[in-house]
Formats: sequence, structure tokens, C-alpha cells
Amino acid sequence: MTTTQESAVAVEMITVVIDGFEVSVPKGTLVIRAAEKLGIQIPRFCDHPLLDPVGACRQCLVDIEINGRAFPKPQASCTIPVEPNMIVKTQLTSPVADKAQKGVMELLLGNHPLDCPVCDKGGECPLQNQAMSNGHAQTRLDGYKRLFEKPINISSQVLLDRERCVLCARCTRFSDQIASDPFITLNERGALQQVGIYEKDPFKSYFSGNTVQICPVGALTGASYRFRARPFDLVSTPSACEHCASGCDMRTDVRRGKTLRRLAGDDPSVNEEWNCDKGRWAFKYVTATDRLTQPLVRNSAGELVTASWPEALAAAAAGLKGKRAAVLTGGRVTLEDAYGYSKFARVALGTNDIDYRARITSDEEREFLAAFVAGSSTTYRDIDSADHVLLVAFEPEEESPIVFLRLNKNFKKRGLKVTAVATKQSIAMDKLKADFIKVAPLSEPAAVANIALTGKSIILVGERASESAGLFSAVAALAAKTGAKVGYIPRRAGERGALEAGALGTVLPGGRPVSDAAARVDIAAAWGVENIPTQPGRSSSDILAALTRSELDAVVVGGVDAHDLPESSAALAALKKAFVVSLEIAPSSVTAVADVVLPVAAVTEKSGSFLNWEGRARGFDAAVADSLHRSDVRILSMLADALGNPISLASVSAAAREFSQLGKWDGARISFTPVSATSSPAVSGDQAILTSWRRLLDMGTLQRGEDNLAGTRRPTVAVISPKRANQIGISSGQQLRISNSHGSITIPVLVEDIHDDAVWIPRNSFASQALVALEAAHGQVVTVVKA
Amino acid sequence: MSKLTPVLSAHWDEKDSFTIEAYTRHGGYAASKKALAMDPDAVIQMVKDSGLRGRGGAGFPTGMKWGFIPQGDNKEHYLVVNADESEPGTCKDTPLLMANPHVLIEGCIIACHAIRAKRAFIYIRGEVTHVVRRVNAAIADAYKAGHLGNGIDVTLHIGAGAYICGEETALLDSLEGFRGQPRLRPPFPAIAGLYARPTVVNNVESIASVPAIIANGAEWYQSFGTEKSKGMTLYSLSGHVNNPGQFEAPLGITLREILELAGGIRTGHTLKFWTPGGSSTPIFTDAHLDTPLDYEGVSAAGSMLGTKALQIFDETTCVVRAVLRWTEFYKHESCGKCTPCREGTWWLVQILRDLENGTGTEADLDKLLDLCDNIMGRSFCALGDGATSPITSSIKYFRDEYIAHLTNGGCPFDPVKSTLFAGALNS
Repeated sequence: MTTTQESAVAVEMITVVIDGFEVSVPKGTLVIRAAEKLGIQIPRFCDHPLLDPVGACRQCLVDIEINGRAFPKPQASCTIPVEPNMIVKTQLTSPVADKAQKGVMELLLGNHPLDCPVCDKGGECPLQNQAMSNGHAQTRLDGYKRLFEKPINISSQVLLDRERCVLCARCTRFSDQIASDPFITLNERGALQQVGIYEKDPFKSYFSGNTVQICPVGALTGASYRFRARPFDLVSTPSACEHCASGCDMRTDVRRGKTLRRLAGDDPSVNEEWNCDKGRWAFKYVTATDRLTQPLVRNSAGELVTASWPEALAAAAAGLKGKRAAVLTGGRVTLEDAYGYSKFARVALGTNDIDYRARITSDEEREFLAAFVAGSSTTYRDIDSADHVLLVAFEPEEESPIVFLRLNKNFKKRGLKVTAVATKQSIAMDKLKADFIKVAPLSEPAAVANIALTGKSIILVGERASESAGLFSAVAALAAKTGAKVGYIPRRAGERGALEAGALGTVLPGGRPVSDAAARVDIAAAWGVENIPTQPGRSSSDILAALTRSELDAVVVGGVDAHDLPESSAALAALKKAFVVSLEIAPSSVTAVADVVLPVAAVTEKSGSFLNWEGRARGFDAAVADSLHRSDVRILSMLADALGNPISLASVSAAAREFSQLGKWDGARISFTPVSATSSPAVSGDQAILTSWRRLLDMGTLQRGEDNLAGTRRPTVAVISPKRANQIGISSGQQLRISNSHGSITIPVLVEDIHDDAVWIPRNSFASQALVALEAAHGQVVTVVKA
Repeated sequence: MSKLTPVLSAHWDEKDSFTIEAYTRHGGYAASKKALAMDPDAVIQMVKDSGLRGRGGAGFPTGMKWGFIPQGDNKEHYLVVNADESEPGTCKDTPLLMANPHVLIEGCIIACHAIRAKRAFIYIRGEVTHVVRRVNAAIADAYKAGHLGNGIDVTLHIGAGAYICGEETALLDSLEGFRGQPRLRPPFPAIAGLYARPTVVNNVESIASVPAIIANGAEWYQSFGTEKSKGMTLYSLSGHVNNPGQFEAPLGITLREILELAGGIRTGHTLKFWTPGGSSTPIFTDAHLDTPLDYEGVSAAGSMLGTKALQIFDETTCVVRAVLRWTEFYKHESCGKCTPCREGTWWLVQILRDLENGTGTEADLDKLLDLCDNIMGRSFCALGDGATSPITSSIKYFRDEYIAHLTNGGCPFDPVKSTLFAGALNS
């Protein structure tokens, strides 16, 4: 409805003449952009379509006249919007503009070192390219150039060669305007002006890599890529990010089978031209030396030994055949792999016992997903038109950074109102000037119920809502009451796709309820099987409990780390008991107890797609063309063949084709039964209620091997309120011990805005792995004392 | 002495001219009382009618600038006084503020009333500590006397010594606590200036001229000056003259007339070149002695009235040396924001040094002029333009002298002869 209204509003078009050609562009369009529409490339450095105009480099000077009156001097086309009766003459038709541009180019090159043969940017450098297209062949400036020590680290992952810098201020403007991380700025003046950091505050931004990408020269380089490759030796493949559910469009650059760098792709609907540093730099896990390359089978002596594929598949089939088996896929699967697991569970194992959620879950969440999320589409564009965004159990910058950038853009451009129901204030909330509704852990549902929203509002609810009983119910009730749209944002890239693929006990592919006979017939017919199991499947925690109680015998496990599970030691004990087939890329806590280990391809080695939180497909091709690793779905298909119950998904494309042919379920959805909230536990003395979430950069396994990235992690701190700090007699920086019967965590304390009853710790950071050390994450009572 | 029309400088010769007592003794703060009783728009109209134009260099009509401030917009308005006097040669605001700070404060009161501002900021350069102290004391006295604090406040801000902060938008950034670099316009300060609020930025002398206009009327002010350049102004004479200093005279007076008042060029010497309005205005020679020093006259002769800083150089001065010194200043003060100014001044200095040392070539002169052409009108603000003025104008009038450096293998002048102590050394 809103779309028709919006399209009814006519955009005022303005016609201008550029180099003799007429072009009509929307009012407000800059001259440089109008010229682009005609294919006229005006050279530029400081101009960037997503940053505010600055007019600093003066490279884009053109001659302009309006209503027959010419500007007395050339104007920067990146700062001037088109006007009616405007006539523009670029370097192509104005000798004055041409000389002005060549003059500026000569000056830019005057102080620029001849580093090109060794510079990372050489070969893809806007300065190099535009010097060729719009510069003199020879310089007349033969004096001494400015010199700087080179390079300097402005963070552990970004290096700065100051003498290469053309001072366009793209990096500083990005950090300020887009990321709200103004940790870099221009210092000094004249030709000695330079990008700099405050000495005590390095460039610790989650988005710093974008500055390297938009630097129009080789001044900012990534520490991990510097001197590694020349652009013309790289093979680039469009790809999608596997790190979170934001769904960034990416480009993966590979040289001789090895990924050397990844860049943000350009998708205006999703990530615009940005991505986060994790997506950009955390890819070394793929080439880690401990990658699994051969199948492993546990021998009679209890040791995992290398086996051939036929041996391993036979062993796996033997262990699964006729057994009560379940499937845990993990949240990092592609849509196609998830579909393979979904079909494998139903067809090869004859069960609905499948769950992709390798984390703290609830049945309330599972119902919420089936009832409201599967098949839904709340999008980034919805944020652009929202009047109010409510964040529930969701810390955008840490858990889905591109969602944060979109919120921040709307906050900065149009003052979008953001409200956050949370236990603790966060940096993102501060940047967004969010209305912070402070609650004690587990008391979120009551707070959510009272938020005033409208039909144009959006509720962004994170997967952590499963950790507070009744919270999904409160969100559903609020949405029903106000008409606000709900966006469910899981943390991992594969979760939304896995939901749509039916890798959940109550949902079949396309959002079809297991409980619906017609839905089962749909799928059974498509798959050519007699029937689909009718009994709704167990959730991941129920599967583990059933393994413990010997109600299940075997389990097929995808990319699951037992340390993400709520009771990791019990989970590992359950897995140890059962027959485990593990599909993994590298040794893990699960492969250690598995009976058969089947190596699979990492994301850059396979094709496929993720569905991001919007439900939008993010397809990608294999970036490493000649990898010997196979995608999960292909291995599952071979395993199903070995079991005698084929799923006939011999390739990723076959899985994609079959899934898309199934289409979406248009019948009734599972009806959602609200769950009542529990109250926060009462605490006294040195007791506190634990609350935690993951940081973007932490001990996550996909960040392994990238020390430069790790250097920009936010510090590990425990957060308590001023009142509690006063009671304990502790101040920021001193050591705090958080303990329960499982163990303890001792880390420095930060006194900040948090509920008095609560203590916050990072969930999976160095020295603070809550689920490992405490087997607790949110809502449990812990003891908090000065260490 | 009949050509002088001392108004701003009328009582500078009194020992206590800077005190509030002296100022009120001569009728001070009567104009603001009168203005506060007037309709603000009538005040603006009166300033418009007077023909007062900005004394900071550009000569924009002051009343028109005030009239740009949107009214009834329910926003705070601000008056910002540019006292960041930093141009080489320019030295009018400093003596004015030393001798009579209250005339500026009274001007601020009137201007604030006219543009419906509750607060004026005086942005003063940090190096002139003595002026800062004097203005501070004057503000305190004005508060004590009740002239300030009754709806209009004045805040003194001390700059950190960057020439660029004299550019009005860079000044606003600096005043807000940021690095002083010029802002992209539009929006202009009248719409979004200080703290993104409608703001008038005026030079010290412009604001200080207002009380006399209010007191004596627009017609009185109009009766001085020339057709399009009304009123009187401070001409700051410095350099090789016998009696340098401030000369307050109607606009349109000539250098010949001022030199007569100042006892002429240094005895025994002749005029070689001079600046009409500070180092960023193209230089003049003795051919321009009779050029009327008003906005139009100077402009028609190929320069700018600027700040009316008349720097006089006699025949002992090497023009190449003088121009190099100025260019070094611009290189040092270029803020770094835009390429032409930042990079251009870096190379201009190097080429000029080669020329001064006699190690350059005649081709360097053409290179220099071509670089100036690539800077002039290509920079973000006027600083880059100003940097080219002394170079292009000096080559225009003294190309032979540049070439003499090359043929001579160095500077043909004895720099000592141009110094004040030259005579002492000779004797």
C-alpha cells in the first residue's frame, strides 16, 4: 500500500545539457552524477555517492552556466546540484575545465611517491587511472616531495602510508558519517596535513576495512593483504558473506587457489557498498593448516583414522541404518545444504528430528519461527521508511552490523527514532541515540508490551529472545496490537535459509507445517516418497536430551560447535554416547567424539546461497574453482544412497532447482500459542543475574588465524551498575569475578548503565566464554565479587 | 590634516581612550540606547541606507548581510565578530581594539538587536594577548555598567593562530571546537552558520562603524566617501614611510594623499611597490599613486581594496624576496583541505626559492604563472587565490627583476639596505 503511495509521488525531474547532450535527472542530483548518466566520466577523488559532498580535491572542476550566466570560474561538479537551464561543459568540451583538471592532477601527483610498482593499489588505482586519462604525461614539478615515515599502523589491521595520501577525506568522512566511529581525522595543515588517530584511541572500528576499500590511492592498506598480490593476478568472484545474517554482497579475490582478500560488494538494497571487518578479513579459517581433507572413521581401537570415501560412507550408513537418528545442521549451512539435511532427515532417516539452531533455543521460538518468520519478508527498505524501530534482544552493531549501518543512516539522515529494550546500554545505542529501556534479565516481555508503536514501525527481534520466556509472545502481541512489522534477525548466516528449507522439526521446506497433512502430501509427492513422518520433530536440546536418555541412537551433525550449546558438557557426553556422523571443515569438539567424519567444503570453495534475515537470497559461486571439497548436500546425497534411501541431490544446483520448484506454502500457518513470561530471579548481596551477548569480533571459530583482525576486538570487560560497583567497592579497570557452580570468569570491570541486578559479560570473548566457563548466558543467578 | 576624518580613531590620543569612562564621556553607548528603542528592521534599513560595506576585505554591504537572516524562524541567531586579523600587513583591528574596545561592544549590541540575536561571539587571534586582555576587561566593564547581560551577551573566543580561521566558515568551525577549515557553501552562514543557526559574521571595523551611523544617521555617513564606497575607514600605513600608522579617512583617498599625511616615503628613497589591502591583494607601483582607494577604484586598477593595509616598499626592496616571504606564509597557512592551495603553495615556494637564488631559469617564470593559473579560482576558498596575487602581480610589473636574479646568479639587492637600521649601519 505504501509503495503505491510512494510511486504516486512524482519525482521532479530537471533537464540539463552536459557537453551538448540533454539529460533528465531527479532534482537534487549532483552535476557529476548527471554526467555519469550520459556516460561522461568526470575525474574525482573525494566524491563518493554515499558520503556527503566535500569539494576538497577539486579534480572534478567543470564550466557551468545557468540561464546564460556563466560562473566566473570552474565549479566542483561533485558539490553542485543540477538546476533548470544549466549548461555544463566538462573537460571534453571546455578547454578551461580540461586545463583546471590537468592542473589539479599535476599537483596531486607532485607530492605522490612513485610507489606504483610495489603499491597494493597499483593496477586498480583511481589516481593511476585518472592520471592517465586526465593528466599530463610529464611532470614539471621537480623539487623535493614531502616525506613521511612509512607506513604507520592506525590499527592492527589498517596501515597508513601518509605520503601516498591525496587527503580526499573519504576515510575520515566514512568513519564519521557512516560508521559513527570518528577515530580517524585529519591533522596538521598544508601539504603536511595527514590522517591521524588520537594516540590513546586507535582506529578500532568494526567497519574500518571500508576505508581501505574506498581509499582512491594506496594510502590505506590492509595489514593482511599488503604486498600479497597484484590486482591483475587475482580472479574475482561475486560472493556472499557467511559470517552473519546481514547478507552482505561480497567479492572474493583468489590467486592460485587461495583467497587473498574479500571486498564489500555493491548492493543498494542490502549493504550498499559497505561491510564489516569480520566479513572482510575473517577468511583464513579456510586455508588453516588443520583443515579436514580426508574422511575419518573411528576404528576398533577407538581412534579416528583416515579412510577412503567409500569406506567412510559405508561406515556411516552402517551406523545409521535402522537406528533412531536425528540431524543437527548448525546455523552456517547454505540454503541448498540445509535443504539437503532437511530431505535427508525425512527421507533417509525417516524422522522430523532436525534442528538448525545450535544455540540456546526455546519451543516458543520454534513456534514463532514457523508461525511468523518462515515465508515473511521484512527488509532493509522497510527500515528506510519506518517511523520507529524497536530493538528487542538484539544489539545491532555486534550481532548484525549492516543492520546497524542502515539504522544509523536513517538516524543520521532523518532522525529515525530507535528504542531498545535491553539489559545494558551499548555503543550502538549511544550512536543511535536510542531510547534505552533498561530491564533486568528475563523481565524483557513486560517492557516490550508497553512500547508505543504504529503500523509504520518495525520490531527487530534477535535470536536471543529465546532466552527470555514469553519474549517472542510479547513481540507477537505488540505487533498484532500496533500493526508494526516484525523482523527476526538471527546471528548466523544460514539460519533463515535453514528455516525456509525445513531444517526444523515442525517445518517442512517452504514453510509447510509438519502438522498439516496437505503440506506433508505436497512434499511427499514432490520427493516421490510414500509419506513424510507425521510426528513433529524434537528441538536441538530435546535431541541431545534424547541421546542422553538413549531414546535416540545416532545423530548426523553439520557445523556445530558444542560450546555454543546451553549445557555443553552434557551435550558432549550425549554425543559421545551416540553414533555421530560429523560433516565438518576442521577438527572440532564434535569431530573429536564422532564415529565418522566427512570433510566438506568451506563457503569460498562451493556455490550456493544464504538467505539473509530479510529472507533475501544471497547467491554465490565457488571462488576457488579447483577445490576438491564437496558441499554438504552432495555428501548427504551419497550417504542417502549408501543407506538405500536416495535423496537424489547430486549437486548444489540440483538442490536449488528442486527447492525452488517446491515453492512457498500458501496454506494455514502453525497457530502461535503465547507463552507467559517468568519473573527475574530475586538477587541479594553479591548475587547478580547474568546477561551476555556475543561481540562481533571474538573467539568465533571462523575468525581463527586472523590476528590483525583480533587486534581490533573490543576489550573484554564485565559490566555492572554504579550502585553495584559502590556496594562491591570496585571501580572500572579492577578485576571482577563472576562465578557459579560450574566455574568462574575473572575479567576487568566497566561501570556503566546496566540494570542494578544484572552483570553483563561478553558471551564468547577471550577470557570470557560464558557458555564454556559458566554454562550460563542469560537469566541465571551468579555470584559477583571483587577479584 | 584636513583629509582625515577621525571617527573611530577620534579619541585614540587620549591616555584612557580604552576605558568605559572615556567612551561614555564622548557619548558612548548612547547609540545602542537609541538603537534598542528602534524597530530592528529600522536599524537594518539604516545600516543599509548608510552604504556601509564589509571592512574585512570583500566589501559586501553590511546591512544586506543582516537582512539575509531569516526572521520569525524560532531559532537562535548569532553575531560573530571576526577579529582574527592575520593577514601580513593588516593591522587595523588590533589598534582599534586596543584603543577603543567599547565601540565594538556597542556595535555588537546594535547588530544583535537588529538581527534578533541574543549572543555575539568575538573571535580574536590568540597571539595578541594584550588585545585579548583589553577586550576582556572592556566586556566585564560593559556587563558591570549594564550594557551587556540584559538580553544581549558577548563571548570572547581566542583562536589558536591559524590564518585560515579568518575565513568566515573556517572561523565558525573553529569556534565550534573543530579544526578550522572552510565549509562547503551553501548553506551560507545566514542560513546555517554557528551551530547550524542563522549567523552574521562581520569584521571588527564593520561592527565598530555602526554606532556612529546610528548616532549620526545614514545621511551623515553617506556624505563621506565615493559613489559606491561610502563612509570613512582606517588605512594602515606600514613599511618604508616616515610616519607609519592608522589614517582614518573617507573612502576614495589616494596613496599620494595619505603619504603626504605620513611625511612621505623614507627620506631619500622612492616608492617601488605597495599593497593596497594586505599581502593577498595584487601589488601596485608608483603608477597607482593616484588610484582612488575605494572598492571600485582599486578593483578597476587590477587589485582589491582588501583590508586597506598599505604596505610601502621603497627601491631598496627586492620584490622577489618579498614575494617569496609572502608565499612562504601562504604555504605555512594553507589549511590543507583542497589540492590547488595545499599542493600549489608547496611548489610555488620551491620555484621562487630557485629564482631568488639564481638557480632557476626563465622557463620557471612561465611555470610559476601557469601554476598560479591552476590555483587561482580553482581552490576551495580565497586563501589559494590570495597566494597567487603577489606572484602574478609582481611578475607583471617586475619581470625584469626576476630575470636579473637569473643573470646575476642570485639576488642583486643588499637586503640590509631595506632594513630600518640600514642608516645606523652605514654611519
